[in-house]
Amino acid sequence: MSVKTIATQRASMNIPTGRLAVWWVLVSEIVIFGGVLVSYIMHRLGHPEWGEQAAYTNMWLGAFNTLVLLSSSLSAVLAHQAAEQGNGAKAARLLYLTILGGLTFLIVKSFEWTHEIREGFTLQAGGFWSYYYTAAGLHAFHVIAGMCVIAWVANSARKNQELHRVENVGIYWHFVDIVWIFLFPLLYIAK
Amino acid sequence: MAEIAHAPEHHPPHGHAEANWFIKYLWSTDHKVIALQYMFTGMFMAMIAGFMAYVFRMQIAYPGMNVPFFGRVSPGAYNALITNHGSIMVFWVAMPVLLAGFGNFLIPLMCGCDDMVFPRINRLSYQIFLLSALILIASWFVPGGGFGGAWTAYPPLSAVGKYNLTPMGSSMWVTAVALEFVAFLLGGINFIVTAMNARAPGMRAFDTPLAVWMIVVASLLFMASVGPLIAGAVMLLFDQNLGTGFYNPARGGDPILWQHLFWFFGHPEVYVVLLPAMGIVAEVITVFARKKMFGYKTVIYTVVATGVLSFFVWAHHQFVAGIDPRMANVFTVTTVIISIPIAEMCFLYIATLYGGSIRFTTPMLWALAFIAEFLIGGVTGIYLGASGADIFFHDTYFVVAHFHYTFYPIAIIGTLAGITFWFPKIFGRMMNETLGKIHFWGTIIPFNFIFIPMFFLGLEGEHRRIYDYTNFPDLANPWAVSMRITSTVALVVMLLFQFVFLFNFIYSWIRGPKAEKNPWRSNTLEWTADSPPPHGNWREMPTVYRGPYEYATPGRDTDYWPQDERA
Amino acid sequence: MIGAMLLHLPSASTFSWDIDQLVLWVTILTGFWFFAAEGMFFWLLWRFRARDGVKSRYITGKEPELKRWINIPHTIILVFDIVIIVMAVRVWVKVKQTMPPADDTVRIVTQQWTWSFQHSGPDGVLDTADDVWTSDTLHVAVGKTYHFMLESKDVIHSFFVPVFRLKQDAIPGRTISGWFKPTKTGNYDILCAEICGIGHGVMGGRIAIETPERHAAWMQAHAAMADAGVAGPDSTAAPASTKN
Repeated sequence: MSVKTIATQRASMNIPTGRLAVWWVLVSEIVIFGGVLVSYIMHRLGHPEWGEQAAYTNMWLGAFNTLVLLSSSLSAVLAHQAAEQGNGAKAARLLYLTILGGLTFLIVKSFEWTHEIREGFTLQAGGFWSYYYTAAGLHAFHVIAGMCVIAWVANSARKNQELHRVENVGIYWHFVDIVWIFLFPLLYIAK
Repeated sequence: MAEIAHAPEHHPPHGHAEANWFIKYLWSTDHKVIALQYMFTGMFMAMIAGFMAYVFRMQIAYPGMNVPFFGRVSPGAYNALITNHGSIMVFWVAMPVLLAGFGNFLIPLMCGCDDMVFPRINRLSYQIFLLSALILIASWFVPGGGFGGAWTAYPPLSAVGKYNLTPMGSSMWVTAVALEFVAFLLGGINFIVTAMNARAPGMRAFDTPLAVWMIVVASLLFMASVGPLIAGAVMLLFDQNLGTGFYNPARGGDPILWQHLFWFFGHPEVYVVLLPAMGIVAEVITVFARKKMFGYKTVIYTVVATGVLSFFVWAHHQFVAGIDPRMANVFTVTTVIISIPIAEMCFLYIATLYGGSIRFTTPMLWALAFIAEFLIGGVTGIYLGASGADIFFHDTYFVVAHFHYTFYPIAIIGTLAGITFWFPKIFGRMMNETLGKIHFWGTIIPFNFIFIPMFFLGLEGEHRRIYDYTNFPDLANPWAVSMRITSTVALVVMLLFQFVFLFNFIYSWIRGPKAEKNPWRSNTLEWTADSPPPHGNWREMPTVYRGPYEYATPGRDTDYWPQDERA
Repeated sequence: MIGAMLLHLPSASTFSWDIDQLVLWVTILTGFWFFAAEGMFFWLLWRFRARDGVKSRYITGKEPELKRWINIPHTIILVFDIVIIVMAVRVWVKVKQTMPPADDTVRIVTQQWTWSFQHSGPDGVLDTADDVWTSDTLHVAVGKTYHFMLESKDVIHSFFVPVFRLKQDAIPGRTISGWFKPTKTGNYDILCAEICGIGHGVMGGRIAIETPERHAAWMQAHAAMADAGVAGPDSTAAPASTKN
């Protein structure tokens, strides 16, 4: 049941409603991740020995994942372009590529984590690892949620419906990307 | 201002005929229905929390007694009662009624829309909110009972089951709070985007009623402040259940981290609930004083200033908590300074009365009481913001009295101003004025007798969250006992008078005199819709030609000038 | 003195007067504005109550002669706020940021749900063999400056002595220091000012402030007891019994 109200179609600030909404969602997300990361940074500064623990993270897998996410953001941008041109089918295909990127990211992550847990670096193994799994886990949760929403948008886009949503979901995905770009150096590189 | 040429806005065709009762009332996306869902849930939770206050105050006044309708109050039960009383009042009463209830009802109507911009997200937000309430209620019935570590939930007490003795209840409490946050993040998107982007043609930003401004700024404050606590809550849940040590000093963690995360949100949160209440009061006093708001734009600027400043005061809750003492000086400066924009707001409201023609209807009595009582809350906050004095006052009943003189006006007085004011619009009937006034006086007078003794008990050094003061020789003296009994008796009297309101509410809803569209002769757009408004609010959407407070405009024979009336 | 004025709460430390004075000044400075605002409020309600034939006025709030009524109070409040801040910071620095040289030191250990106090013993040095541990009562001498070291074994507690106006939270994993100098003999409450579980309501302690002679005698007698092998309450103290 489609509930398109008159309200949804107005634009008193000359910004499309969906885009305005996504930006406000991002504001609250920034503060959520900000909270985790600032807590982590404050603790890391007080516990230099955490750097030794960080040495056990796999920087190459982390770098590969960074590349994967960046590429998936690229395909999201291209999907937006296609949507602007009215080519819903193409936009959908590009969005599916983005989802594939997210899936790859998650698969690599699960290999990483399985290996680390087998080595004894569990969530409870110490301060560094608690933050590592919590921050990356929160991020992964947002990746999964993003993939679901993108799939839903792609499904409509395929039928050339609601093409404006392609841009909005892309904005969200870029944010997920940017969070990772903060996480990567904080968790993997700083040793 | 030029007439804006626009295509007439059409209501989209709905895919269903008249829906069945379930769809219409429990699965609705109509903002008015959702508003009522939030309000009724909030009012129901208020009754529970009010009952809890009755129980624990009876225990305080008469330790060891068999409290009627409850039984004897064990120390564990006492802690659970005060914890849930506070948590419920903030998260499951003030937020849903003021922000989601009035926000949902008023924003589309005051902005001249047919609904919110994202009706289905709106519905989802209520459903998540309801779930959070159910989880909280369920937490009282699990083995170990409900969480009893105070609404502030400081670890290690809240994080370790062998310390709090309520492991399941503690986790459920955290989960309920986290879900409530998610519900309001979703709801907030609607309030902000609808008010920013979906206003009626001709309604510029500064033609928007203050109630809308306040609710939007409150939503922005909420969205920008709750994140760290969501992170903190996840970490607390992990500490409680997964053996992590975020707040455990033996594992490299820090209990104070929670306090920072909690209060970074906690302080802006009080403004999140204050602002909608002030918005309601602004609407009521302009109508019943027949006056423009004094300094409408200045009010908005001070509100924004207060909101921004509110992010920089949080550690005044932690002066003696073990933070670096030098930090305390920074926070005492910001905290005392924040009193300036708030005082300005209060003065602007009072100035609005100047030159008015004031009618003391029930809504007006509540709105005026808000101002008079909130002032007490505001000035007593200075004692606490002054770090040197807070060394003494922290965790005493002085604090309890201070925040009840702010929260009670916000959550109860402001709400009642709003309910009695918009009842005709929401339900299409008028409430009874006589009963309204009896209820008003029977609430306000006892209210003061509940909390003024607490200022004095705090000055005696009486500390908080204690189930039996006879355990402390210096606090067991007859004077202190009589103060506690006074508070408790006043509370019981006040609670009894709420039955007058309940009766008035229900009776008026069913059999009150039918309300016309605009019984109070107000200018704002919601009063141009039917009472109650139909689905979609208007058959023809309104256009706006002026600001919301054109009362007593010179050169006109009526003393009001609705926003949608052509020049 | 002010403490006695505020209510019947005795004033028993060198800085309780400073805190009471700050409270008094806040009362005067905010009380002035409180009564001014409430007074104006009620006067306006009476003056501008609805009367037949009298219309309300069209006032925007931009009128200079009216704005003055907001702006001038606004500025004066700012000045008052600065005075309050300066006074508050001075008290804060005195109590929390400076440690005058100590005549003696005590260690205060909090736990669910009791107080343990470690006195330095006749030799006046903490953590030596003649230290005296007590449960529930802290013994100090009037006129001597004490440093305290505050610790917690489990959750957050808080050391609150109303007659000193002193409060400090105890955080597990840390030792937090502070100071006080008693000015009056007597026995008074020590309260735990942070909810610490179901026994929070029975976690009362007492502070016994005695003349230096009596205090020394007490210390001597108890050090002798410790010597004789009488078990002190250093081992995990049982929670104080619940009344009723």
